[in-house]
This record gives sequence, structure tokens and C-alpha cells, in this order.
Amino acid sequence: MGSLFRSAEMTLCQLFLQSEAAYACVSELGELGLVQFRDLNPDVNAFQRKFVNEVRRCDEMERKLRYLEKEIKKDGIPMLDTGENPEAPQPREMIDLEATFEKLENELREVNQNAEALKRNFLELTELKQILRKTQVFFDEHEGGVNPTESMTRALISDDSIARQSALGPVQLGLPEKQYDPEEYFPCFVAGVILRERIPAFERMLWRACRGNVFLRQAEIETPLEDPSSGDQVYKSVFIIFFQGDQLKTRVKKICEGFRATLYPCPEAPADRREMAMGVMTRIEDLNTVLGQTQDHRHRVLVAAAKNIKNWFVKVRKIKAIYHTLNLFNLDVTQKCLIAECWVPVLDLENIQLALRRGTERSGSSVPPILNRMDTLEDPPTYNHTNKFTSGFQTLIDAYGIASYREMNPAPYTIITFPFLFAVMFGDLGHGFLMTLFGAWMVLKEKPLAAKKSDNEIWNIFFGGRYIILLMGCFSMYTGLIYNDVFAKSLNIFGSSWYVANASARTESKDYGLDPRADRNYIGTPYPLGMDPVWQLANNKIIFHNSFKMKISIILGILHMLFGVVMSLFNHMYFKNKLSIICEFIPQVVFLVFLFMYMVLLMFIKWFVYFANIEDDDIIYGSRCAPSILITFINMVLQKETPFDPKCKTSNLFGGQLGLQKFLFVCAVICVPWMLLAKPLIIMRNRKNAAQYSVNHQQMQSATENGDAEQPMHNSTSQPPAMGGGGHDEEPMGEIFIHQGIHTIEYVLGSVSHTASYLRLWALSLAHAQLSEVLWNMVLSKGLQVDDWGGGVALYVIFAFWSALTVSILVLMEGLSAFLHTLRLHWVEFQSKFYSGSGYGFQPFSFEIILDSASQGKEEV
Amino acid sequence: MPVCGPKLSLCGVILSTWGIIQLTLMGIFYYIGAVALAEDIPEVKFTGDLNQFYTDVNKGFQQNAYNCWIAALLYLITLAFSAHQFWANNRSSLNV
Repeated sequence: MGSLFRSAEMTLCQLFLQSEAAYACVSELGELGLVQFRDLNPDVNAFQRKFVNEVRRCDEMERKLRYLEKEIKKDGIPMLDTGENPEAPQPREMIDLEATFEKLENELREVNQNAEALKRNFLELTELKQILRKTQVFFDEHEGGVNPTESMTRALISDDSIARQSALGPVQLGLPEKQYDPEEYFPCFVAGVILRERIPAFERMLWRACRGNVFLRQAEIETPLEDPSSGDQVYKSVFIIFFQGDQLKTRVKKICEGFRATLYPCPEAPADRREMAMGVMTRIEDLNTVLGQTQDHRHRVLVAAAKNIKNWFVKVRKIKAIYHTLNLFNLDVTQKCLIAECWVPVLDLENIQLALRRGTERSGSSVPPILNRMDTLEDPPTYNHTNKFTSGFQTLIDAYGIASYREMNPAPYTIITFPFLFAVMFGDLGHGFLMTLFGAWMVLKEKPLAAKKSDNEIWNIFFGGRYIILLMGCFSMYTGLIYNDVFAKSLNIFGSSWYVANASARTESKDYGLDPRADRNYIGTPYPLGMDPVWQLANNKIIFHNSFKMKISIILGILHMLFGVVMSLFNHMYFKNKLSIICEFIPQVVFLVFLFMYMVLLMFIKWFVYFANIEDDDIIYGSRCAPSILITFINMVLQKETPFDPKCKTSNLFGGQLGLQKFLFVCAVICVPWMLLAKPLIIMRNRKNAAQYSVNHQQMQSATENGDAEQPMHNSTSQPPAMGGGGHDEEPMGEIFIHQGIHTIEYVLGSVSHTASYLRLWALSLAHAQLSEVLWNMVLSKGLQVDDWGGGVALYVIFAFWSALTVSILVLMEGLSAFLHTLRLHWVEFQSKFYSGSGYGFQPFSFEIILDSASQGKEEV
Repeated sequence: MPVCGPKLSLCGVILSTWGIIQLTLMGIFYYIGAVALAEDIPEVKFTGDLNQFYTDVNKGFQQNAYNCWIAALLYLITLAFSAHQFWANNRSSLNV
């Protein structure tokens, strides 16, 4: 049904939907994905539309789902993606969904809040535990008499402490040595916890603010602590500050506050501390059990949600899309029915009717929806039916510009020409084979790979172009076979047609030029397929290859361009544009054929007629007298004599060449004013005639213009609006002349520059062949030339390097460059001959597309 | 027990498969004395004696054939190792 040669025929339809059935019908159309709705109230802003509340509710649901999804991802719970596609739920189900999400969200928020509170508590307790443990060390150190002043102080106040100590009771009596409390000689202290990176600044600040009157001790907490609000792991340090006096105390506390240090009460007596530590430990244990339970609960909730979340996402997005679409519709005066306008492919009208009927049945409505075809002045959107194979190629074309409505679509031809021109540049059996393997792997594993939905952009590009890559690889293998290149080495399948004459007389084993004379090195019959393998070792290889590849690329280029010009004929024929056929197509073809095809013909003549002569009598057809095609062609255009060797008698390839060339050149020159002036002049004359027509007739004419392209045209100036570069009727005469002038100059100059542009086929092919040869000689050859048995190991190592370089430089980079050049040859050199690409794409309302883009967009965020 | 990661082991599998195929073939081509590979044998001086030259060249071809096969064999070992690693990686990732 859908043909790839032209975009599908579209029609504008008016759709009347009963209010109750509208939702179900739109949902069915969304599943079908063949209808593009137009916004019928573009002036109304998004908040004043009819279903704005529903859309808002869907947004809210989506937000909740995203929150759930975020939490699920945080816990690393796998989300079940069954790939199933639930239908859009009924509007009444929306309330159920909303309730479910509301409940889930609340539950989760509560759990999270509790967990956070518990964690904060836990953190505080852990910090306290650490403080108690570390400060113990500080206090112990003091008692050990590390500090000389401290021991002095101790001596001064010891009696007092002992007295106090005895009052404390029998517990500590056993430890008379450790009875001294630090506060006795350092009357005050604060202990706390601070972020480790703040310590230096904190210390300096304390020192300056308190003029060195405080004493700071700090110890690092080895294990990282979890910040309950952000969940990050942070490193902290315990510190303890000793000072004297209330003034200092307030100052120290202020500084602690400023540095966001948390202060904890730390009992002065070791016994209290121990007791407190015990208490803290038990509380931490309790908290741990509670935290574990909270986590379990959270996990259960999330696992339950994870099973359904993809499904819910699909449902909510579908509902949202439906209401969004319903917002585009017009309301009938009676409020009983909704009116929609939509672009529809004519061939799919049946399917759409069926879908509408299904929707009506589902909603239980009795009134069937009405689908009316409308006439319109607007250009319909361009819709190409593609499948997984053609879509890659269509994307290449659409990247340049989407075809105008019903214009010739270059995509089907690109399927062959693109890989072929690529392969001309990338001709290497080995590299082509690697590429084919990669492409074939992607094609064969298509389904599992597509299901993975990677968000890696580069991979997606490769995967989207898998069929292009496969074809490019296959074609490269073919051209590689013709060029006889496998990783820069050649295959001798049929036996070379060359031999080394007089081998013993030569002192060099390399650098041997091949002389094509049949009595020197050549046995007279050519190698059956492609290049002879022995060229690989000949020193005149490049000279030979250049001449061959240059000619081949010009021949391919001119055929390619001529094909493009012929395509424009089909465009003109389809749009019934007789004027353009006569005034554009014919002179264009004549110009191209008479000048450039003639050059191609000369090349073939040269190939067939001239040979490496043995007899002197054959000198006219010998290698000495073979004329240069390029010089001949240039002189044909410049009208000059080509100088020649008197022995050759002539510079011509065939009799009567000069006369023929003159004729062809004159014809080609005549084509230029023909292209330039004929069309505007005829339009001008027709306008004059048209001015005499009656008003009535003019109206009829304009009706014809606006109708379908297939309707008969009475007047050659009336062109369908969709035609590329058409619609001359509104343009003033001056502009028509200017446009035509630009077109003509573009074409005439383009023929020359585009022909030269095809030389890139030769240039890249040469570059590729040389690069792969260099890689072989500089890398792999080094491994092969190692003498003796060590060579095996050397080869093992060097081969790995060589293969890595082959893949990265020759296949990937060279492949990319050849790809881009091919793309250019198609976009500029080929499509400029017929393709206007000024249409706009068909964007059907389709759940599939909406869901895809939604999941893509989510990954980007 | 996985030593290399999943990507490295996959890379090893691909590289060694390629190495085995290409080096075995190159070994065969050297063995039958393919002219295209003549540039890549250890250097042989031509002294004027054609027979001596041919013997030297043939010796180089033979030597390179064996070297290619040795390298292919080494790649076979690499393949076995990386395939095992690949398998081990897959299994461990399934278990988790």
C-alpha cells in the first residue's frame, strides 16, 4: 500500500465526536497512530482549555510516579519492564489510580520522614559514642602527665581532689591514681563533633578569637558517618576545648555554632562517662533494630510499587496524551459533541473508521462518530511509510529536509547508491568484512538489543543505522574484491596475468614497475575479476590506480547526477508542470549529456581503443599517442586546438571528433539562455493573456489550483501549491527572473563543480588504501619481520596493536569520513537536481511515539 | 573467579577470535608462499645467485608460517582465558 517513492496522499478531515465517546475514540486513534490533529483553538492559552483539570491531575500523578521511581532507583530495586502496553484506562479508573498513588506517596513520605528522624538520632548517638571514646583518650593523656603545666596544676590541687574523690563513694576508691578530673585544673570544657575539613579553620579561629587561651584537642573519627538529610558519607572529627571563665565559654560556643559543630554534653567524671557510654550503646542497638524494620517496610513498599510502576507510567501518560489531544478540539454549540480537524493518510481512512467504531463501542455510545473529508488550501504534511529497513535511509534524507508533499522521495534509490558510493571510498575486503559482521550482529540481535533501550547516544546512532552499516559493509566487501585489497594485501584467486621478465638480471627484489606491453611483463589476457593482485607489489601501482579510480569516480558521478535530473522529470510529470519539463528538464539534460556524458564516452573510447603497442605501426593507438581526456575536454570548451605529436598524426580519438564537439558545445551553450529566459518569458506572456480572462474564469482557475494535484490543469501557469518552487502566480515578474537566474547559474556552475566534487570518491579511496598499507607496513610488518622463533610472540603482541588501530582508525574514523562524504554527495550533488525538501513532517498522534519520547526525555533529565 | 571485567573479557574474546582466524590464514598463505606477503618476511639479501635467493626466501616464508601459527596458538590460549572470564563474569552478575 504505502509506496516509498512518494509520500502518502493526505487529506484533511473533520471529525465529529460525541462528548462521551470522544475519550475512547481518541484513545483508539492513539493506539493506531495515523492521525495528526490540528489545534483548533490556538488563541486559547493552556489554562483556559476544557480539560485543563484532567491534564493537571495527570501531571500530578506523573510527579508522584517520578518520585516513586526515584526512590526505587535509590534503593536499587529492579523495575519490572514487561514491555506490555496496557490500553488507556477509562476516565473513571483515573480516580482509582490517583488514590493508589496518593496512598503510596504518603506512605513512602512518612516512612522516609521516620527513617530520616531515626537516622538523625542515630547519627547523634554515634557521634556521642565517638566523643565519649575519644575524650577518654584526652583525659587519659592529661592524667599521664603529658603536659608539664598540667602536672604542676595537679600538684597544686591534688589535695582538694582527693577530698572530693573520697566523697564520691566506694566505686572509685580502687582507682586513686586516676581520680583527677580535668575540670579541676581546666575548669571548663566543651566537646563536640565537626566536619573534618573545617578543623584547620576552626582551630585558627579559636586561637585568634580567644588569644590562645583555649586548648583544643581533636581526634579523627575513622569511619565515615552518613548525613541523614543528603545520604552522603561524611568524615568528621571529635574535638574537645578546654578553657577558663564564662566569657571564653560564650565565645567558644559562638565559634562552635558558627562552624556548625555539634556540641554534646560530656560528663566530667570517668564513671559518668562510662555509664553514659553504656546507655548510648544500648540506645544505638535499639535504634538499629527500629531502623532495620523501617528499612524493611520501605523496601516492601517499593518492591510492590516497582512491579507496577512501568505499567502505571504508560497508563498515566496515555491519559494525559488523550486529554491533551481533546484540548485541541472545538466544542460544538450544543456542548454535545467535539469537533476535531486532522490530517489523515487517504489509504488508511478505513483503519481509522474501524478504530473510531471500536472506540464508540467501548464507550457504549450509540451515535457513531462522523469523519468528513475537507478541502483545504494548505500543504498537507509529508508522510512516508517506512519499515525498520527503510527508516534508516529515510532519516538520512529527512535530515537534509523533509520532502515537499508528494515530491519524489530519494530514499528508495539511496538504499543502493548510498552504500555503493560509500564502498567506492571504503573499498577493502577486510574492513568491509568487519563492518558487515558488526552490522549483521546488530541486525540479528535486533530484538534483544532494541529491548535494552540504551541511553548511550553513539550506540543509538549505530543501532538506528544498522541496516545501513550492514549494506555498507557488504558493498565494501565487493569493492574491496574489485580493488583486490584485504587489509592492504591482495588475493591471488585466479592467478596473476603478469610475470617478472628476466628475473636473474635484477638486483632489487622490490620496486618493480609493471610495463603493460604484452612482450614485457604482461601475458596478454587480463585478470578475470578486478585488479590484478600483482599491482600490490608494483611501484607504478598508484599511477595505475589513480587513472582508473579518477575515471570511475567521474563516470559514477555523472551517472548519479543524470539520474537526479531524470528524477526531476518525474516530479514535473507528476505535478503536470509541462513548462518546467520543456524549459528546465530538457535543457538541463542536454547540458549535462552533451558536455559531461560526452566526456564519459571519451573515457570509454580511450579504454577500448588504446593499448600498449608492441609494433611501431600501432603507434597511433599506442600508449604514446593516447590523448588526455581532460585536456581534450578543456580544449573542447575553450575552442582550442589540442597539440599532438606529429607521429600520432592526430589528437582525436575518432574521426569527425572536432565537428561533433563543436556541435555539442554549441547545443550546450544554447541551453543556458533557454534555461535562463524561456520559463519567465512564457509566464509573462501567459499573465498578459490571463489578464484578459473574465473574473468568473479566474475564480475557476483558482479553484483548480487549490484542488487536488490530480485535477486537470487548463492553464500551464496554474500550478498546484505543493510543487517545489511553484506558486509563481503570486510572485512579481522581477522575482521570477531572479529566481530563474539563480537556478540556472546554480545548475550550470554546479554541473562543473559537482562533477569535480565526485573526485572525492577517488581521493578517499586512495587515502584509505594508502592508510591501510601504511598501517600494515609500519605495524604488523614489524612483527612479521622478526627473525627466528621469537617472531611468534612478537606477532602475538603486535597483532593486538594492529587490530586495535585497524578498528579505530581505518574502520571507525575512515568509515565515518567516507560516510560523511557519501552523505554530502547525496545531499548536495544528487538531491540538488530535483529535491526541494521544503515540506513538513507528518506527526501523528501516537501513543508509541509519546511513550518513547517520554522515556527518552526522562533519561536526559 | 573473574580477574578481568566484562568489557575487557569481551574485548579479549573478539580480539583473539579475530587473531586466530587471521593468523591461521596468514600462516597458510605463508606456507604456500603467497607473493603478496613477500614484503613481510625477514629481510633477504639478493647476492646474484638466484637459487640461493629462492632458498632464503622460502626459508623466510616457512619461518613466518610457523610464527603465525604460534601467534594463533597464543591467541587460542587468550580466547580460552577470556571466554572463561566472560563466562565467570556473566555468572557472577547473574548471581547478584
